[in-house]
Formats: sequence, structure tokens, C-alpha cells
Amino acid sequence: MKKEDLPQDKTTLTDFTRDVYYVKNKEGAYEQALSSGWSVKSDALEGAWEEIDRRVALAIESFKAGEASPILYYMEKNLMDIPTLAGYAGQWSFCVKRHLKAKSFKRLSDKKLSKYAKAFKITIEELKNFDGNDNNGL
Amino acid sequence: METIITDFNHIQTAHCENGVATSLLRYHGLDFMSEPLAFGLGVGLFYIYLPFMKFSNGPAISFRTMPGDIFKRASRSLGIKVARKKFRSTVAAQEFLDKKVTEGVPVGCQVGVFHLKYFAKEYRFHFNAHNLIVYGKEDGRYLISDPVMETVTSLSVAELEDVRFARGPLAPKGHIYFPVNVPKVGEEQLRKAVKISLKKNAWWMSQVPVSCIGSSGFAYTGKHIRKWRDKLGVKQAGLNLGQIVRMQEEIGTGGGGFRFIYAAFLEQAAEILQDDRLSRLSEEVTKSGDLLRSSAVRMAAVYKGRKTEQQDFNEVAEGFEEIGALEKKIFSELYKMKF
Repeated sequence: MKKEDLPQDKTTLTDFTRDVYYVKNKEGAYEQALSSGWSVKSDALEGAWEEIDRRVALAIESFKAGEASPILYYMEKNLMDIPTLAGYAGQWSFCVKRHLKAKSFKRLSDKKLSKYAKAFKITIEELKNFDGNDNNGL
Repeated sequence: METIITDFNHIQTAHCENGVATSLLRYHGLDFMSEPLAFGLGVGLFYIYLPFMKFSNGPAISFRTMPGDIFKRASRSLGIKVARKKFRSTVAAQEFLDKKVTEGVPVGCQVGVFHLKYFAKEYRFHFNAHNLIVYGKEDGRYLISDPVMETVTSLSVAELEDVRFARGPLAPKGHIYFPVNVPKVGEEQLRKAVKISLKKNAWWMSQVPVSCIGSSGFAYTGKHIRKWRDKLGVKQAGLNLGQIVRMQEEIGTGGGGFRFIYAAFLEQAAEILQDDRLSRLSEEVTKSGDLLRSSAVRMAAVYKGRKTEQQDFNEVAEGFEEIGALEKKIFSELYKMKF
């Protein structure tokens, strides 16, 4: 890539740092240059966030239908997948999978609930009393 | 406790692990070290696509070696020992860190990105193989030199503990590392290390007889991309392409940036070994990087929903095959080269 081709698009990256790139200068040698972002990149990132919002919305829907447990909502909200949540909560993956259902969530002990609450950095009451409202405070 | 390692210089680099390797080795007196050199000596360039694995609900794909390998191999090739430690207890991890900082040793830490406070929220996914350097402690806050940031930052004790003990796949477990007794590296040794690393990287890229690894992996990915639209539906197939772009463009390595870093390394290697063949290969690797960039633009058109026909997926796949063929040619040639 030539130095003059380095994209300088305005993206979310611009607000906190700039990217280092290795580009060819006029003499044809490599040197470092800074870029404020590239729209192709930020579009991909945006797409990933839209997908997360969609998954959160699905989790809420399924919670309101009485199928999913609040853990599913908080898992999606925290961008976790099952192995990640299993790591944070110190549970086996197959147990986590079961706890995502409303039925087994009701049977969970306070001790286990507190592990999940800690993983999501919320209080145990917030987890228990989740009412299906998407709180953007997270 | 107040300690600042004053002779430590922050260096901004394209990739976090290269950056930590470069900064730490330079601190220990290897003034010739640069990011491309660290990446090249660390046998950094790679390609792998694992169709049976998922990474945050998308395909698992990587354009460089396993996290941690670059620093390991780069130091080993120059005869430098690296001390590493992982911890079960957060208390022990912090005590050890404090001890090292008081001794005046800057240390590298593996961290998770999700709780990393100074990153913009948009970039904080559960990625557990980010690297940064702790180079001091002041007013109860650790002083941090993160290679992808333009300037130094700081983290409170609790914040640093959070990121050092992130959980999930590739959990860092307080992983801390630093070079011990760095010998003087002579020119002859550097030349030898460069030769060996070139050979090794060429082997990984062109000689591994597994279709998902190395340059043949591009064609293999292409084959799968052709099937995605029918198999997964337009929406998920587009998201998968978006994930490929994000993997290829992790912060700082935009547009197959690893290819450009490697091309810069070949340029340096040509100078170190006084070998013009390498500067020609550097041009070729640059071409491969440019192709990856245009491939990213094509994929962007698909996941933005502007082009969603099977024809467009085929074009993306053809782009991958072209890159694969080019890299196969480059690295087969490099592998056969005699120095």
C-alpha cells in the first residue's frame, strides 16, 4: 500500500487512538504511518454490533414468552457466548446451557445465582428481578 | 509504593504482541529491534481457517500465529531467555507484579479486552490475547504502555486485576512475562536468526500438508465461502464475511496489515543479508497485502447488503483463491532459496 492510499476516514476509532500502518513511501521503502480509521473496517464492526442488538432483542422476546432465563439476556448483553460465561461463572458449559432456560433458572440456589451475578457485575436482585426491559446502563 | 521506570520508552506499533516484544527487547539493549523485525523473527505470518470452530458466533480464522508465539520465537532465535508465570490466585499475581515493578523491570502482561477501561466500548469484545506493558506504579495506579495506543495510560489496581484475570477461551490467568539476562546480539547471530526464521515461515506457509493451514488455506476458505449463501442464508453468510474482515483487520492491522509488516521485514532482511532476491519477494508480499485489502472492500459490499447474489460470493471466493496462489508461489520460492 502506498502512503497516499492510506485511508483517513472518520470512525469510532478516531476518538481514542489511531492505527499504525506500514506503507510504502515515495522512495518505495516501508515506513510507519498513522490512520484515523477505514470505513470498510468500521462497517464490519457496526455489523457485529447490530448482530449483538438483534441477539439481545431475541433473548428478551424469548424471556417474555417464558422460555429463556434472565441469564440468557445478560449473557448476550455482555457479548458472551456459552464457553465464555462458563469461564466467568465457574460452571461447566453444559450446566450453563441448561441454566439459560427459565425452568431450571427457577431452581437455581442463591449461591449459584451469585456466581452468575458476579460474572455480569450486577447484584443478585437485579438478576432475579429482571423484568424484560432492556436497560442500556450496562 | 511509587516506582516509575524512567528509561522505558513507549512505542506505538500496529500489533500488540509485536509491540510488547519490540519495546521490551529495546529496553534490554537491542537497539536494532523494530516491529517488522520482531514479527519476522517470531515467524509471525500465517493463515489458518478452522471450519469446525466458532469464534463469537462466526468462523475462526487467523492471519498470524498463535498468540504468544511471536515473542517466544523472536527471543529464542536471538538466544534470549524469557521468564513466564501464570497464577491461580489474584493476590499472588499482584504481589509478583509489584515485586517486579519495584525491582525496576518492565513486564509484559496478557490481558482480556472486554474490561479494558481505556479502550472505546465499540472495540471491547471477549478477546483474551491482548498484550500490554506495566512499567511503573504511581498514586496506587499502574502505569501502562499499550502498544496500540498513541500514548501511555494507567489502570487502577482493581481494573488491572479484572483484565489480567479475564475468563473464557484463552484466559490469561495473570500471565506475566519478561526477558531475563539478555546477551549482546552480534551481527552474525542476527543474520543466522533471520535466515532460520525465513525458512521456518516459508515452511509454515507452503509446506504443511493440511489444506486449512498456510497458503492453501485461502483456497480452502474460498471453497467454503461459495457454499455459505445456500447453507446459512444471506444474513448469516454476510455476517461471516464481516467476521473475516474483522479478524483480518483487528485494531491496527488493517487490510491484511500483517502482510505489509512481513513485507517490511523482508525489506530489512534483504538489507541485513545483502540479498536482492528478498527485496523482490517483499514487493510480492506487498501485492498480496493489497489483494487482501481489495478483498475486504468486496466483502464489505456483501455485508453492507449492496451485493448479495451468489455471483458476489463467488467473486469473493475467487479473490481468496488468487491470494492463495500468489502466496503459495512466494513462499515455495522462499523455501527453496539458499542463503
